[in-house]
Amino acid sequence: MMDYINIFVKSIFIDNMVFAYFLGMCSYLAVSKTVNTAVGLGAAVIFVLVVTVPVNFLLDTYLLKPGALQWLGTEYASIDLSFLSFIMFIAVIASMVQLVEMIVERFAPALYGALGIFLPLIAVNCAILGGSLFMQQKDFSNVGESAVYGLGSGIGWFLAILAIAAIREKIAYSNVPAPLKGLGITFIITGLMAIGFMSFSGIKL
Amino acid sequence: MAEEKEPLFSKQNRALLTDPLDDNNPISVQVLGICSALAITVQLKPALVMSIAVLFVVIASNVIVSLIRNLIPGRIRIIVQLLIVASLVILVDQILKAYAYDVSKELSVFVGLIITNCIVMGRLEAFALANGPWKSFLDGVGNGAGYALILVLVAFFRELLGSGKLFGFEVLGHKAKTLADSTGLYAMGYENNGFMLLSPMALITVGIIIWVQRSRNRKLIEN
Repeated sequence: MMDYINIFVKSIFIDNMVFAYFLGMCSYLAVSKTVNTAVGLGAAVIFVLVVTVPVNFLLDTYLLKPGALQWLGTEYASIDLSFLSFIMFIAVIASMVQLVEMIVERFAPALYGALGIFLPLIAVNCAILGGSLFMQQKDFSNVGESAVYGLGSGIGWFLAILAIAAIREKIAYSNVPAPLKGLGITFIITGLMAIGFMSFSGIKL
Repeated sequence: MAEEKEPLFSKQNRALLTDPLDDNNPISVQVLGICSALAITVQLKPALVMSIAVLFVVIASNVIVSLIRNLIPGRIRIIVQLLIVASLVILVDQILKAYAYDVSKELSVFVGLIITNCIVMGRLEAFALANGPWKSFLDGVGNGAGYALILVLVAFFRELLGSGKLFGFEVLGHKAKTLADSTGLYAMGYENNGFMLLSPMALITVGIIIWVQRSRNRKLIEN
């Protein structure tokens, strides 16, 4: 149990997707003008990460890793398909996003209306593919850990976009130098927030 | 087609090459491809390798998608594009692992993240799907170069101010344990700003680059 809490807290605060690895910055900057849309996109990212990271974990463990094909028979034990991981991961992510979109549309039309435009965007959000690639590097021991990692990274991303959206709504009333308006000041604020998040890096769990 | 009659480097085509360097820079104006731009700019060498990799992927995917643009059904185009880009990135990754192993280790997941680099997808969606191969090639070169420009600029400042080196060479002199043994600037008591090596400074450096660019080029200012 301690392991799960450890992974969860670490992926939210210490290895925050936005502030530590700059993943998903494109949509982070583009969709953070108002809090409402930011919440919608953040929720969709959490959901897709929770689904895709464990699926890709299973794919990695039973198909792609060096020696992963052992369950087929000993003669397959020496096969290393890890060079295929990019294409497999992105295919899983793209189809999962499509699937999620269809399920949400069928069973929760109200949520679909709210998330609608963001769902297709998520397929090309670096945070999603990044989640799977970091999962591959971290060598989790079972599916549960990878799911917790997906959840934590998603919540971390959600927190980041929520915070910047709130700050941007406030800063609209401030007197920012004209050339810094919009993109420039958002970069600098994100930098300052990242400095704040660095204070978590001393925490050892 | 009319566009085949115009010279290879007509004014319009030249603009495709030069616009992304300043007026329409993919990072500082179109806000594409930031994810990878920031994480690998601690030193110049990985930044340069990353730029070349992205340049290759943007050009190749632009040309391929532009060649088959009339065959791709609209509904599944994102998946088709992702698969083309993913295959190209696997190629880059394998080449890097074979010939530049330590750089490939340093870039770690960020090579894979070229797949979801918004520059690649953004240019495919916005340009290659609607234009011929030669124009798409030029667009790819221009945008890849615009990306490389910012990346190298950020990496230059971060490596110079953060560790006093460029491409690993000690351009500011050698820093020894005591002041007397040091050479160059370090002999005068200069210290490296270690803060530049940490990730938040990448964001702030890009913010400052945007500031400088928009002060020079007033029409880019957002209102």
